[in-house]
Amino acid sequence: MTQPPSRIEPIAVTARTATTAVGPGTGPLLAALRTGRGGLRPCAFDAYPGTRHVLPTWIGEIDGLDAWPVPDALAAFECRNNRILELALAQDGFADAVARARARHGAARVAVVMGTSTAGLLQGEHAYARRDGEARLPADFRYMETLNAASTARYVSARLGLEGPAWCVSTACSSGAKAFAAGERMLRVGLVDAVVVGGCDSLCGTTLHGFDALQLLSDSPCRPFDASRSGISIGEGAGLALLERGGPDTAARTLVRLVGYGESSDAHHMSAPHPDGAGAERAMRDALARAGLVAGDVAYLNLHGTATPSNDAAEGRAVRAVFGDRAFASSTKGWTGHLLGAAGAVEAVIGMLAIEHGFAPGTLNLRDPDPACAGAVLADAVERPVPVAMSNSFGFGGSNCSLAFAAAAR
Amino acid sequence: MSATPTAWIAGVGLWGPGLPGWAAGAPALAEPGTRAFDDAGLPQALLMAAADRRRATPGTRLALAVAAEAAAASGLAVDALPAVFASSAGSPEIIDTMCASMAAGDHALSPTQFHNSVHNAAAGYFGIAARNARASTSVAGGDASAGSGLLEAMVQLATDAGPVLFASYDLAYPFPLSEVRAVRGALAVALVLTPEAPAASPVRARLRVSTATAPGPAPDPLPAALHASLRDNPTAALLPLLQALARRRAATVPLPLGGPGWLRVALEPR
Repeated sequence: MTQPPSRIEPIAVTARTATTAVGPGTGPLLAALRTGRGGLRPCAFDAYPGTRHVLPTWIGEIDGLDAWPVPDALAAFECRNNRILELALAQDGFADAVARARARHGAARVAVVMGTSTAGLLQGEHAYARRDGEARLPADFRYMETLNAASTARYVSARLGLEGPAWCVSTACSSGAKAFAAGERMLRVGLVDAVVVGGCDSLCGTTLHGFDALQLLSDSPCRPFDASRSGISIGEGAGLALLERGGPDTAARTLVRLVGYGESSDAHHMSAPHPDGAGAERAMRDALARAGLVAGDVAYLNLHGTATPSNDAAEGRAVRAVFGDRAFASSTKGWTGHLLGAAGAVEAVIGMLAIEHGFAPGTLNLRDPDPACAGAVLADAVERPVPVAMSNSFGFGGSNCSLAFAAAAR
Repeated sequence: MSATPTAWIAGVGLWGPGLPGWAAGAPALAEPGTRAFDDAGLPQALLMAAADRRRATPGTRLALAVAAEAAAASGLAVDALPAVFASSAGSPEIIDTMCASMAAGDHALSPTQFHNSVHNAAAGYFGIAARNARASTSVAGGDASAGSGLLEAMVQLATDAGPVLFASYDLAYPFPLSEVRAVRGALAVALVLTPEAPAASPVRARLRVSTATAPGPAPDPLPAALHASLRDNPTAALLPLLQALARRRAATVPLPLGGPGWLRVALEPR
């Protein structure tokens, strides 16, 4: 067996934002989590030119993206995924905070690590629909700036005028969480002085029909940890955070602190979790070890909680093994849908909001908790101090990541 | 910019045109002569069970072959190495299939195609095949994938103070994607990086990376035939490093990073 990881120094989160179907920025997200007003609706997403085929499922679609084209200077990046980023960067003063970090540290000392699974896949689907008589792609299709997975990090870096390393983690539904881990490591070795981390994914035909092929789509709004849960609702969105090394210099602008992360692999199956949740358990235990915390310190856990029968069963088992029997956790996918490569980043921000605002969100659409796995799960939000929050993200290929955050001053 | 950690190379894996494994590829890189560097086909699917081998894409087979080769050469247990995989497009033929299927309106994706479409398919199959439950990550860095992945591997080694397996792989795109991005060849490179000097390894060499705003002096050029058969293949940025290693010669090799910066990789054979 391998040794548990050593404790790490806390990292300062000096800006954060999230944009999902419930609205742009953390204001609408916080209000939605407190009122129980979700962002899912029946799928009418016209992803497939030439057909009007839609799936009998519910989705978390962001409205109003027509009003958020990418700027002319970056026109090559024009696609739905980068429009979501354009909208997200403008919220919560995020782009301004990064501009101040760039001024403090220099553009070359600010890196970007973004999680994505789709990037601009929709743009590729549309370009293929416009192939000419010889099956050539249209001349205006910009592959590297839209469809290629790295486009997500390249857009954020270019849009914010940054010159440090910029790349994507693409590990399916753990991507957005693993970006935080990679960002922490860059800061720890002194490679850079600030890192923009996060995740962004957008609706497209491939993910909707791919999850349909796996029979993992719910025909109603997803019901995480409910006894009658029947699959996921796919959403789109972006979560972003600005990480800097902690200490007296950053204390005044620190909103919360990233205190730990854990990463593991199931080594079991490409598209199903290990039934024992062993990999998930190791990710949570490693996050606690890096944070120098014990399970009892965690006041809120944002579950991966996709609402597939197998995910919630395995995750429930893993959570019980680490934390025992207490109700302190929830899945927020009933509000946003499953954001795939962005899920880990948006749910990290939800963990931060729980700390900043002193409440543990509930689980939308949970009516009949599954006794086999819902022991830790809160159906309704609870107003109470949250000094430490964790977030779980698990993906295809058995890729697991847990993040731990703590209040700015403890 | 700043100095970053050092590592030792304890094992190498290689598969590419005229480069079928490190044992055969090292002499070809050291003394290319008039070699043609022809397509080597796909490697044997090392590690994988038969059922997974049938499902895996060429990209996954390439990545697993070099990962297995490098791990075996290092003498370290393949199930105990955290891994960093890097690729620009993973399995480009799957991206082509998915886009074509959606555009045609038939929406016929098989579950296997869909799980093969994730960028971390190689990492996932590696975990299953090697029974490796350690952390793995999958870097998508576009044309800077190899440098971004190597930097992440070096940073992981420095922060968790243990060996790391790094594998980079890129394949030619099928038409019509080949028209918008003319990546050529099929190339995979893997390195097992260790914090301490390996006890006995034929590839023993020290690696030091730093970031810089310019690429610096160009290393020895690759043989023209090899360069031509791998044009625009992001993993080929690692070959000057392997060429220097094969020649047991010190070299500093620039690798693009995602922004305007460069990763400079200094190799010192010992």
